[in-house]
Parts: sequence; structure tokens; C-alpha cells
Amino acid sequence: MACIEFNNACVDFPIYNASARSLKKRLIQVATGGKISSNEQGRVIVRALEDLTFSLNDGDRVGLLGHNGAGKSTLLRLLSGVYAPSAGTASISGEVASLIDISLGIDPEASGRENIFMRGILLGMTKSDIAEKLEEIIEFSELGDFIDMPVRTYSSGMHLRLAFAVSTTIRPEILIMDEWLSVGDEGFKHKAEARMNELVEATSILVIASHSRDLVLHTCNRVIWLEHGKIKMDSDPETVTRAYFGH
Amino acid sequence: MLNNSITAAMADIATAVKRYSLVGMLGWQDVRQRYRRSAVGPFWLTISMGVMIGTIGLVFGQIFNSPMKEFLPFLAAGMILWSFISTCVLEGCSSLIAAESIIKQLPIPLFVHILRTIWRNTLILAHNIVIFPLVLLAVQKPLGLEALWSIPGFALLVLNLAWISLILSLLCARYRDLPQIIASVLQIAFYLTPIMWLPSLLPGRAGTYLLDLNPIYHLLQIVRAPLLGQDVSTVSWCVAGGMALFGWCIAIIIYGLYKRRIAYWL
Repeated sequence: MACIEFNNACVDFPIYNASARSLKKRLIQVATGGKISSNEQGRVIVRALEDLTFSLNDGDRVGLLGHNGAGKSTLLRLLSGVYAPSAGTASISGEVASLIDISLGIDPEASGRENIFMRGILLGMTKSDIAEKLEEIIEFSELGDFIDMPVRTYSSGMHLRLAFAVSTTIRPEILIMDEWLSVGDEGFKHKAEARMNELVEATSILVIASHSRDLVLHTCNRVIWLEHGKIKMDSDPETVTRAYFGH
Repeated sequence: MLNNSITAAMADIATAVKRYSLVGMLGWQDVRQRYRRSAVGPFWLTISMGVMIGTIGLVFGQIFNSPMKEFLPFLAAGMILWSFISTCVLEGCSSLIAAESIIKQLPIPLFVHILRTIWRNTLILAHNIVIFPLVLLAVQKPLGLEALWSIPGFALLVLNLAWISLILSLLCARYRDLPQIIASVLQIAFYLTPIMWLPSLLPGRAGTYLLDLNPIYHLLQIVRAPLLGQDVSTVSWCVAGGMALFGWCIAIIIYGLYKRRIAYWL
């Protein structure tokens, strides 16, 4: 049972410019009686998300729509537990995996095989888990003998295939993604597509940020439209896409 | 409120310790990454450390007119341990800043990054320590069984370094000038602590200030003294143990209060 509850969750980013961030300024501020800090410690704050209230339950396939800067990525990070809300509450129960950047943790100097372990452990798998799935991952990536070569010798396509093959072996309860993962040439794309579907099938809650109407209509059963950090619309895909894309 | 944050901090630290395979892998990767495609690898550090100990040993041994049999092992053990302590603290400062990309992507307990720094430096220490038996061999000083006392000493040292790194990494993520300050403080501490000079050379009064009141001296002493075949004084054990206990309490409170903010500061 996975479930996500947001209650008036806000995310405020404090912006410390180079001088405000230094200890010197802090000390001088104290020394001068904090006069400079008239408006709430004199800090600039960017409100990225404001008063989000919603709940997600098993079976929800949520698409996030919104223009650049609407707060989609911040919301994804909030959902994955990287950020804690600066006001309000966000309770997330269930094992979360975030596939925002699938290449994170890949070391170009290490071999493909070593990288499978590194990436896998980073995603929360145990060594024995990975050892068990190793052959399958190598076979899926179609890298053949290259698996024992340093990753820096790979083409960018091969690099992505490796990252994709490892990253999609996890089976989390809650899956967070920024755009649909699609890698490789025509032949590989097909396999990747099938594997992605399998992964999505196995998770209880999917949250995916996207700019694609087709993707949202095909994959999601609920769409949240964010604008300026607030929820503008939260409904079924047809209604929201019609309003968002305008036709 | 405070109770909640203490529980959160403890939970984070406990999960981090449980994910030791992640810590181990990241630490190894750091060491390997630095020396990949180099034939001698991490032993480059050992070589430069060895050369430094040799040079300082010859020069200061002459200046202080100390017998080599006593001075050289003392200097070697001191320099090797000091380099471990100072890099742990210094790299501990930037351990969260350096892990920004991971912190902003994956919900991994943040203490993992502190442990990673300590583990990486422990691996480097393991390379450097090779020098010590060579020095003992060179001056023909035997190594007794009492040297084993340095193992619990080392564990206590690491326990202390962990809380220091935890607090510093948090403060440094927020105040970015702090690493520079820490670097200068460490430089001063190096000269104030008996590493290059023998404590026996100090005149009486100065000794109380530079030895008994210097916590770094006690931390160093719980590992170094057994290696040199000396007894660790009860004072040193007590200071190191007390520091660990007191420091961890403070660290857990601070960590619990500010853990949620760290991702915002990066």
C-alpha cells in the first residue's frame, strides 16, 4: 500500500547571494543590530510551490503538466523526499524511486560491469540483488564484450542503454520520472518501451512530468496542471489536456 | 518538536550505517577515480608522505638534537595520523556540498556522505601506514603487543571525527566561507600539537597549555602512544571519550533541527 498525502505543502527557496551567504555579513548584521535585515532577515525568497493539497493512492498514474518554471521538477523532488516542504506537510509512505537523471553515479573510468553495481547500489539494490540480475541487465543492454570496457569508450547511445538497463530493474512502489525514458535506435526503442511499460505496471503510484499530450493521454489516469507553483487543475487526462493544450 | 527531530536524526544515521555497502562503494570509487590509469595509484600518497617524513625527520632531528630512534617513529606516526585527521575534517566540511547532485536526486540518508569521506580517508590511511613499520625497521625499534591498543583508540578517534564532520558539513553547506576558516585553524593546530616536535622538549608551564588543554593532542595520543610502545594516559582516554559523547549529543540535535534544510542550502 503506497500513499502520498500533501497538506498545504509549500516550497520556499532562500536565495543567499554571495555576500549574504558569508559569515562576515552575518556577524556584521548582528553587530549593527540587524538593521539591514529589515524584511524578514533581508533574505530573498523564491516561492516555488504554494499550498499544494492533494493525495495519491494505489493505482494512480499522475501526469504533471505545466510550463517551464511552473514547479514540476520541484514537485518531483518533493515527492521523492529530497526536499522537505518548508511549510505544510508532505507524507509519503511507500518505497520511492526517482528516475530523473538515469546517468547519475556512472563513472566513465569504470567498466560497464562495475557501473551496473554502482548505479544499482545507489538506487537501493543490494549487491546480491544486482549479482542475480547482472546477466539479464547485460543481455538487455546488448553491450556484449563492451561490458568490461571503461564506459568512456562507449558512444552516448551505449552509455544511455547501460544506464537505462540498470535503472529499470528496480521495482519501487512509487516511481517518479521526468519525461518518459526513451533510449537507443529503432530496434532498441521497442524493447525499451516494453520494459518501461513493465516497470510502470509493477509500481503502485507513478508520477511523471511531461510536455507531451500523447504520453499523458496514454499513460496517465489523472493529470495535475501546475502554474506558478500552484495547482491550476487536477482532473482526468482528457479534461486537463483539453484545457492545457487548448484543443 | 525537538524530540521529533532527534528521532529523525537518529533514524537517518541508522539507515546510513545500514547502507554500508553504498558507503564502501562510493569511498572506494573516490580513491580509484583519483588514481585511475596511474601505475602506482594511491601509493603516490605514501611515497610523498614518506619523503616528507624523511626530510622533516633529518632536518628537525638535527635542530632539536633528538635521537633518531625516538624522533623518527614519533614523527612518522604523528604525521600519518595528522594527515588522516586533518583531511577528514577538511573534506568533511565539503562532503555535503560535493554530493549535491546525489542529494538533489535521490533520497539517500545524508549521513552516508559523511561516512563516505571518513571511509575514503581510512583507505588512504591504510596506504600511508605502510611507512610506519618501515621506519621502525630503519631505526631498529621493536613493535610490542601494546600497539594493539591503538585499535580501540582509532575507533574512538573515528567516532569523534564523525560528529565533527557532521556538524561542519552542515555549517559549511550554509556558510561557504567556513571551509577556508577551518583550513587555517587546522594549520595552526598542526603547529600547536606535538607532531613535529617532541612533547618532552617543552618547558614545564607551556606543556600544560599545549598538551593537557589541547583536545587534538589527546585524540592523537590514543592512537599514537600505543604505536610507540607507550601507555595512553587515563586523561587522554577520558577526554576522547567525553568529547565523543558530548559531541554526538550536540551533533544529533543540530542535525535533527537542520536536516530538512540542507537540500535547500545546496
